[in-house]
Amino acid sequence: MPDATGLELLGRELGDAVLETVYFRRRATILIDPTQVRSVLATLRAQGYTFLASVHGVDHYPEEPRLGVLYELLDMSRIDRVAVKLRVPTDAPEVQSVTPEWPTADHQEREVYDMFGVVFEGHPDLRRILMPEDYEGHPQRRDFPIGGEPVHFTHNDPANDAPAR
Amino acid sequence: MEIERAGAHQLLRGGPVDGRTLPAHLEGAELERHIEERVLTTTLDRAVAWARSNSFFPLGFGLACCAMEQFHAAGPRMDIARFGFEAFRASPRQADLIILAGRVSIKMAPIIRRLYDQMLEPKWAISMGACCSSMGVFNNYALVPADKFLPIDVHVPGCPPRPEALMHGILKLRKLVQDDPEAGWRERYDALGTEESPLDA
Repeated sequence: MPDATGLELLGRELGDAVLETVYFRRRATILIDPTQVRSVLATLRAQGYTFLASVHGVDHYPEEPRLGVLYELLDMSRIDRVAVKLRVPTDAPEVQSVTPEWPTADHQEREVYDMFGVVFEGHPDLRRILMPEDYEGHPQRRDFPIGGEPVHFTHNDPANDAPAR
Repeated sequence: MEIERAGAHQLLRGGPVDGRTLPAHLEGAELERHIEERVLTTTLDRAVAWARSNSFFPLGFGLACCAMEQFHAAGPRMDIARFGFEAFRASPRQADLIILAGRVSIKMAPIIRRLYDQMLEPKWAISMGACCSSMGVFNNYALVPADKFLPIDVHVPGCPPRPEALMHGILKLRKLVQDDPEAGWRERYDALGTEESPLDA
């Protein structure tokens, strides 16, 4: 991880794309403007963060903007990590896809789209990856019903409604 | 066949069979007793059910952690070969028992249904483990219980069930097939007459 000062310097490199830098428990995070994700990741790659370790989604319900996307970057020569975060609202959940530059993001962006409904513009094949293609809704959103089947347990068995002994 | 028939004839009449000399020319009560001791009568249906129930060909279909217990049921300690169920088949065309070992996702359900439809009649289904019966700890948007798309004959509870439990389930199914060969899913689901026939094709 860059230290707190290193993170500030890294943020300065990125210019006005940076909304906030957070250094918490030895973990460096940069919160960025969602429209500039491609240029931010390109700049960080030039700084040595050449490995996109993970792309994942977050739902910050009930805060707005609700949906978050996290990009975990790794500098493999310095063993140095930085996390890039962005937030988009649910009524316009569009983010530029980074798949053209980072092919590893392909399936991960599809998963974030499937589970959270974040639309990645410029993705070559943005389809659902885990749920059936005709599935409605994005099940990892926190206001999505958990679903499932009613199960006959001891506590909801009408035969057990007799008064306690 | 001719030899067997001759052998049976001699057996009933008390002639020498397989080199052993049996009491010759039994008559009356002695002959009755001789036949009672040596001849077994049954119906063809019961004989077929007996044969079927002692040689299920399970379709190896492990979906999750239950599959590990299923393998162990086939392994040396439990050894379902003792009962004649060890021939796990990779093709549904050769199987007559599907053991759903694990959780069934909504996306997997149509595939399983298709495999089941490809199995030849008569066929049976065992739902192994909590996930596939009541969806267990994964009772959420992603799963579907097996009863919604397959006529399940035996549910084996547990998370996962031990190999002994699966054995018990298979032996229950064996008993069902032996004692009540008509208790297939078509009977239970009022689907008699929907059997596929080569003439329909």
